[in-house]
Amino acid sequence: MFDEQEPKSPTYYDEVIRKGYSRRDFLSFCTMMAAYMGLNQSGIAQVTKAMSEKPRLPVIWLHFQECTCCSESFIRSSHPIVADVLLDKISLDYSETLMAASGFQAEQAMLNTMEKYKGEYILCVEGSVPTAADGVYCMIGGKTSMQILEEAAENAKAIIAWGSCASNGCVQAAKPNPTSATPIHKLVKGKPIIKVPGCPPIGEVMAGVIVHVVTFGTIPELDSSGRPKAFYGKRVHDSCYRRAYYDAGLFVESFDDENAKKGYCLYKVGCKGPVTYNACGTMKWNNGTSFPIQSGHGCIGCSEANYWDSGRIYERASIFPGFGIEANADTIGKVALGVTVAGAAAHAVMTNIRKNTIINAIEEEGKASEKEL
Amino acid sequence: MSQRIVVDPITRIEGHLRVEADIENGKIKDAYSSGTMVRLLEEILKGRDPRDAWAFVGRVCGVCTSTHSLVSVRAVEDALGIVVPPNAELVRNLMFATLYMHDHVVHFYHLHAMDWVDVVNALKADPKKTSELAQSISPWPKSSPGYFSDLQKRIKKFVDSGQLGIFANGYWGHPAYKLPAEVNLIGLAHYLEALEWQKEIVKIQAIFGGKNPHPNYLVGGMACAVGLDEMSGINAERLAYVKQLLDDGKRFIEQVYIPDLMAVASFYKDWGSIGGGLGNYLVYGDLPTNGFGDPKGFKFPAGAILNKDISKIHEVDLRKDEEVQEFVTNSWYSYEGGKDVGLHPWKGESKINYTGPKPPFKNLNTEEPYSYLKTPRWKGHAMEVGPLSRMLVGYASGRPEFKEVVDKALKDLGVPVTALFSTLGRTAARGLESVLVAEWALEFYNQLIANIKNGDTRMAEQSKFDPSTWEKKSIGVGYGEAPRGALAHWINIEDQKIANYQLVVPTTWNASPRDAKGQRSAYEAALLDTPVADPNQPVELLRTIHSFDPCMACSVHLYDEEGKHLSRINVVGE
Repeated sequence: MFDEQEPKSPTYYDEVIRKGYSRRDFLSFCTMMAAYMGLNQSGIAQVTKAMSEKPRLPVIWLHFQECTCCSESFIRSSHPIVADVLLDKISLDYSETLMAASGFQAEQAMLNTMEKYKGEYILCVEGSVPTAADGVYCMIGGKTSMQILEEAAENAKAIIAWGSCASNGCVQAAKPNPTSATPIHKLVKGKPIIKVPGCPPIGEVMAGVIVHVVTFGTIPELDSSGRPKAFYGKRVHDSCYRRAYYDAGLFVESFDDENAKKGYCLYKVGCKGPVTYNACGTMKWNNGTSFPIQSGHGCIGCSEANYWDSGRIYERASIFPGFGIEANADTIGKVALGVTVAGAAAHAVMTNIRKNTIINAIEEEGKASEKEL
Repeated sequence: MSQRIVVDPITRIEGHLRVEADIENGKIKDAYSSGTMVRLLEEILKGRDPRDAWAFVGRVCGVCTSTHSLVSVRAVEDALGIVVPPNAELVRNLMFATLYMHDHVVHFYHLHAMDWVDVVNALKADPKKTSELAQSISPWPKSSPGYFSDLQKRIKKFVDSGQLGIFANGYWGHPAYKLPAEVNLIGLAHYLEALEWQKEIVKIQAIFGGKNPHPNYLVGGMACAVGLDEMSGINAERLAYVKQLLDDGKRFIEQVYIPDLMAVASFYKDWGSIGGGLGNYLVYGDLPTNGFGDPKGFKFPAGAILNKDISKIHEVDLRKDEEVQEFVTNSWYSYEGGKDVGLHPWKGESKINYTGPKPPFKNLNTEEPYSYLKTPRWKGHAMEVGPLSRMLVGYASGRPEFKEVVDKALKDLGVPVTALFSTLGRTAARGLESVLVAEWALEFYNQLIANIKNGDTRMAEQSKFDPSTWEKKSIGVGYGEAPRGALAHWINIEDQKIANYQLVVPTTWNASPRDAKGQRSAYEAALLDTPVADPNQPVELLRTIHSFDPCMACSVHLYDEEGKHLSRINVVGE
């Protein structure tokens, strides 16, 4: 059987040349990749070196309490396309969604990688772990997800927590969280954990995180919440193409009204863009096709922790301190999200008086609507 | 003596499924299907804004993404008496069609193909012969000897690396694989092409719903306003984009999926008499052409077939207390009225009660409750739902388009109509309905264009969006056809909040444990008599299970931990 052979570990360079590309093509790919990751000239050399020398990175991808939207989003990636990721970049040795083997042969494939690549494999986790009732609410192969996570995490090089389930518990952790659905960072200590929240995360963001780890052998720079800054550094509001309407005080009042047809700001019909950190406004979805706001629906804030319990979807995000694109999650955090007075003060400094009046009126309406439920 | 085998995890599905089977004389003598993960979403929905429900239940499943959101807004609209504008219905149909085209292709190539296609054997294929074969069955352009030769080299190098990734530990070389090397190579080539193609077709959902997976829906219509002369909104560029994607999608289905399906099926005709199972088929119907209030206008007609008797279609009524009922006899829940009673979803009651072995364990005790799935029944009958049920009900209803594709497939394969009641029939039905849906999608698109041309740009009915306009109490049912089969949500709204929300989901029908009478559900019934040549490599078992396209996260998500009655509503007026 093939799994008994010793790895010969072809490098990306080998793969590229074998696929009929020239060294020049390879270098231009590295340059593009470096630019994509926001690196300067010396970074290009680093990418080139890494892609010429490294074998395919072993990856174990576990599924717990989830809906597989993360795996589905991952296969939507356009750059790189997932076939190339699977054949050339990583060795996806365990994935319940895609792997050929089932049953004990599947378990064996995971064990093989855990032993052969001890301390070298990346552990990806899709889904939360239910800790209630000794973990019986999620069992695979007769083991609880708690046990499987513990075993697989022990010798992983790093962990990627895919999506909001693994990063913050997502929908099953919404009140009253009946199964005690728990995100990964609360269960695994002493390992680097990259949180890639979103329900799901954007496909190219997922592939981008993988490419970063593969290329540099390091994890990308994370913010104080553990998310890659490259993708979660700005609020959707700050990169929204409808932002100008917000600044001008032009809002959709009701779905499908005249203002909706004109593409005005969706803040008053519940858009959570002002409190959501994600790349939707810049990278957009499905290879730049659209994103929720472009298609007329407000952002629901799916990459934020506890977004299911942070107000209703069609209720205005009444409190959000700190305006301006210079704000990031860390500085906003310091303003203490949720403190109305501080929020309103930061707001007043940074916006003009006319808009401020409008926004304050909206906030009052928002607070009133909060009381409805 | 029979031998008990355990397959857990069943991979290439959505979610967590375990099958235990008793093998005797090379055949499955008995089988037990168990769902092993639960999230209790219905409990989480209580007290929330009904207009938000689509987002919560959308997260039931990211594979059949959008289908729960669609059925959810229908349930709320039913409760509130909202009729959505025709354009919204058409956009929803287009998103539905997108999901089917995507999901069925991904199922065939990425979840099911490796049960039939021996990936490693593809290395032995002659690229020139492969090219000739490919060109003889399809005009699809990627079919030159050089194309197949390059692919083969790429795979050889991959295999030689020793890092087999997703192909590691497959049952390669198993005698049940019957395809010539050249067909295996075509299958592998299209595995990779389909992986690239699938990310394109879903862009239709991104255009109308903002993203995929998990696009946005809206109670009362859709949020994507039509603004022909605006930079935002649905304008000529967006519509042209949709048309392009629909045309490309239809071409892929007709020139890649269907020729491959027929080529593979022609080598596995024996599977036309294996895995038939229940012979009872249930369809709720979907794809309205005259508004959701007119089921006669559905492209997928509703109905039930019993005992493979396609001469009679039984009517189905989801609002009637005695039609759909759920049992917990062999599930890890309890009912106040005891383990053996059946309850309509509106009377839904349950206390989660895990009584299985303490993990880690080797075997379940299948003499006792053995699954987190409840067991739904229609008028007491175990029913199969899914593409085969839809094709059979359409066929039995005498709809010409169904008859045309089914009869052609039977004729091309040279098999009798009874071959439909099988593992192969299930897999073929999925492909055939993809052809229909791709065709219908163009009709929906043309109708949308015609409406806009005639000046109707309405996309959402918002007069009842404000909760203050609602009655104090209301109840509704939303239903439809998920890719995996009949799906319904029941909602109970009180004081502007969700008082109760119940889902009965396709895979719950198919994958559930036995009922109070000991009747098997579809998976367990279909596995009976399935041959298993090597109990350590039960590829045959996977074929039959995968033919249903399991979606476990959908099927398990229920109930109040405290065991309270979730609802006491019994009957809904028509």
